[in-house]
Amino acid sequence: MDSLQFTAAELGRRIARRELSAVEATKAVLDRIEAVEGTFHCYVTVDAEGALKSAEQVQQQIDSGELRGPLAGVPVAVKDNISTKGMRTTCASHILDNYIPTFSAEAVNRLQRAGAVILGKTNMDEFAMGSTTETSYFGETKNPWNPEHVPGGSSGGSAAAVAAKECFCALGSDTGGSIRQPASFCGVVGMKPTYGTVSRYGLIAYGSSLDQIGPLTKDVTDCATLLDVIAGHDAKDSTSTARDDGPFAEALVDDVQGMRIGIPRDYFGEGLDAEVREAVLGAVKTLQERGAIVEEFDLSLVDYAIPAYYVIACAEASSNLARFEGVKYGYRAPEYDGLHSMFKRTRSEGFGAEVKRRIMLGSFVLSSGYYDAYYLKALRTKALIKSAFDKAFERFDVIVSPAAPTTAPKLGASLSDPIKMYLGDIYTISANLAGLPGITVPCGMDSKGLPVGIQMLGDCFQEKKLIRMAYTYEQSQNRRVQDEQTV
Amino acid sequence: MSRQYETVIGLEVHVELATKTKIFCGCSTEFGGAPNTHTCPVCTGMPGALPVLNKQVVEYAMAVGLATNCSITQYCKFDRKNYFYPDNPQNYQISQLYLPICRNGGIEIETAAGRKTIGIHEIHMEEDAGKLIHDEWDDCSLVDFNRSGVPLIEIVSEPDMRSAEEVIAYLEKLRLIIQYLGASDCKLQEGSMRADVNLSVRQVGSETFGTRTEMKNLNSFKAIARAIEGERARQIELLEEGKEVIQETRRWDDNKEYSYPMRSKEDAQDYRYFPEPDLVPISISDEWIARVREAQPELHDEKRRRYCEEYKLPDYDAQILTSYKKLADLFEETVAICNRPKKVSNWLMVETMRLLKEHNMDPDELSFQPSNLAKLIMLVENQTINGTVAKEVFEQIFKEDVDPERYVEEKGLKVNSNADELYEIVRRVIEENPQSVEDYHNGKQKAIGFLVGQTMKATQGKANPGMVNQILKELL
Repeated sequence: MDSLQFTAAELGRRIARRELSAVEATKAVLDRIEAVEGTFHCYVTVDAEGALKSAEQVQQQIDSGELRGPLAGVPVAVKDNISTKGMRTTCASHILDNYIPTFSAEAVNRLQRAGAVILGKTNMDEFAMGSTTETSYFGETKNPWNPEHVPGGSSGGSAAAVAAKECFCALGSDTGGSIRQPASFCGVVGMKPTYGTVSRYGLIAYGSSLDQIGPLTKDVTDCATLLDVIAGHDAKDSTSTARDDGPFAEALVDDVQGMRIGIPRDYFGEGLDAEVREAVLGAVKTLQERGAIVEEFDLSLVDYAIPAYYVIACAEASSNLARFEGVKYGYRAPEYDGLHSMFKRTRSEGFGAEVKRRIMLGSFVLSSGYYDAYYLKALRTKALIKSAFDKAFERFDVIVSPAAPTTAPKLGASLSDPIKMYLGDIYTISANLAGLPGITVPCGMDSKGLPVGIQMLGDCFQEKKLIRMAYTYEQSQNRRVQDEQTV
Repeated sequence: MSRQYETVIGLEVHVELATKTKIFCGCSTEFGGAPNTHTCPVCTGMPGALPVLNKQVVEYAMAVGLATNCSITQYCKFDRKNYFYPDNPQNYQISQLYLPICRNGGIEIETAAGRKTIGIHEIHMEEDAGKLIHDEWDDCSLVDFNRSGVPLIEIVSEPDMRSAEEVIAYLEKLRLIIQYLGASDCKLQEGSMRADVNLSVRQVGSETFGTRTEMKNLNSFKAIARAIEGERARQIELLEEGKEVIQETRRWDDNKEYSYPMRSKEDAQDYRYFPEPDLVPISISDEWIARVREAQPELHDEKRRRYCEEYKLPDYDAQILTSYKKLADLFEETVAICNRPKKVSNWLMVETMRLLKEHNMDPDELSFQPSNLAKLIMLVENQTINGTVAKEVFEQIFKEDVDPERYVEEKGLKVNSNADELYEIVRRVIEENPQSVEDYHNGKQKAIGFLVGQTMKATQGKANPGMVNQILKELL
């Protein structure tokens, strides 16, 4: 049997039972990368040699009994804004294209302690700024369902790598939907955990108060399994939370009897593609048939989420990205005249257009005289959005919506109109503003043969409800969507 | 000059806190060390590194705030101050703008003009920057991040000072408070205390403030005093000429005794402050404040009062002894051993101060054990050694912390009370100095002093001066 068909958890079980080795699995996936990477371009860096070496070591530890666990020996991919010690970490930007971290992100350390084999670093929108993976300095990633379409973004490389079987599961990061939206476009499962659940230490920041690392996987079981490995309190991240409600895999229960689903009317109105609406409401119907209680409601303030998000994220980004100036690491302009010229040229040459746009936007909203009108107002809006969700979660266990207004657009169709691209984040960004967990699960295909995803949002720290509902929905389907139709 | 001017001064004082580790990482704050050896991903601004607040910094800041009568901001936050400079690895400094930890305090100062309270507007916590080293030989600049992330507090005064004297009194007082708290060693020369002077002038009687300038690079109290005088004169001259003072930052060159502009208000940077998203707000409970308050040691004013009452010292002594914590500690420890407060005070105020000055040292550098000073005092009191020898022995204690009992024994410095031996020596001195003997007989009382001196010299100072006097008078 082709080991690439296995989910991460299945593969881990078989490795544990010595049905195949970590090295065999790694070789199989490296062969797959070799075969299809030219078509999809999911990776910025593939570390074949390092992966094989680490697979050998892991296998030895498994053989000696030192290493156990569901991901021991499982090859995984890591988004290229998550630091990997000794392995180039570029954020898909020219300005970091030669940067090799001296330390690994806490999430990567946890993966490695669990025995996961790191294959390489996946492509993304530059500094996670974008929704299509087209702003990458290294060129776009293509959607495995149809290479003329984008994989979504910014974790497009991770989502596409899972869909194209170029890894068994992957880490992404989600600041405004960057895990959930590409998961939806690529027909895989993606989850943004509650803010503070996965340490941000080593995640190269875009919007610090919104960023969260999370899993992109073939199914809900893998999602819970990977989340159990990477979640946990980390003293190195002051915003990290100590939780005692794990393990998440306990919530893999096929039962939604009595669970209350809220359908925000505002999310199903104008601008939503009819086929997407149909697929999502179809999935809701399935859940209802399985015993969930479904009710429509009005989630207020929806129109304010996008402006608030772009003000806050860009403000934080303008400061977070200030450290890239060519003094300490990364790209430095070859020619300059004095210090300021070095800073200016390095940053002008090193950053792409979308990154520059957001740095300028962020610098503007923080400028003296504008701070109150933009940044402070955005923070207040954020607080209001949070309280609107608090109110909704008094009535509902889960809020269900699409992950994006459409299925994956064609390559090149989005970048020319950034405002339209920003508006595409409408269903996902509120979860970041309110710190909520959200999961996307495949729920059908449109007439173009592109996957549709359903998003489920939970109250803070209620990942288990999401996992349970997503798992129940998945179990109701005859097969995982992506099993057959990818190229 | 027909018009009378008043100088208005406010200070921004940066104090480096005496924590063992940096404010946002576990790196050592130790001074010196090869460049970039006390560094980690956090204090070098590596991508993905995150700050974690050092609790001791908050406690020191609270302690200084409580000792300067500030109110503590119980919900306080850090903000980012954004500016590009290569000594600042993140190109933003983590500081406090909106909710600084301490506000609305003040301390009382004492000058010739009397007592006065100087208001403290706020105290905030922040991180220090690295150090740029300009290599002119290679025409390049190097960055040392060892100091990057060393914790600082900035104490911002109200514009309540009117003269250099008041400024120095305020700084001395702050320094003492902070040293007593153990929150910093406050050395201006080494940069662990730095003061920026905001100064404006206005006509006496005017209600509004004049345009102010900010003076930087002031490395000693003397430099501060000179800079204030210089800037006051410069501003008055401008006004007298009908010109305007420009709001700007100026750099004082203490060698040239002149300041020159660094940047004006027009090119003042917009720091684009916003709340630091990588740190959570700090909640300071009433209990925490109470704990810090209780742990607070006796401060300078209390100590000075206690010295007068408990040890019956003159206020002058008490003031000098308490002016350095090290001196006060030495005093108390020595008195605890020998119970001779006034004698201990004399040794510290006279001989110790003289030797410090001679060796160009700071009282903080004193290294002898109090027990050795106590022993010395008792050796004199028991007349085992005389005053002259005692001074010599003290110098050895000062320099090498010798045990005076053993030293006196080894060097044979005990008072020579052997009368026969002394008679011999005095006879010889008289023979060798006929002129002085004649002078003495002619009524010149001073001559005897010379002869005593010669005798002491001949005994290498070991003779009991009382006995020498007696024998001399007898033989003459």
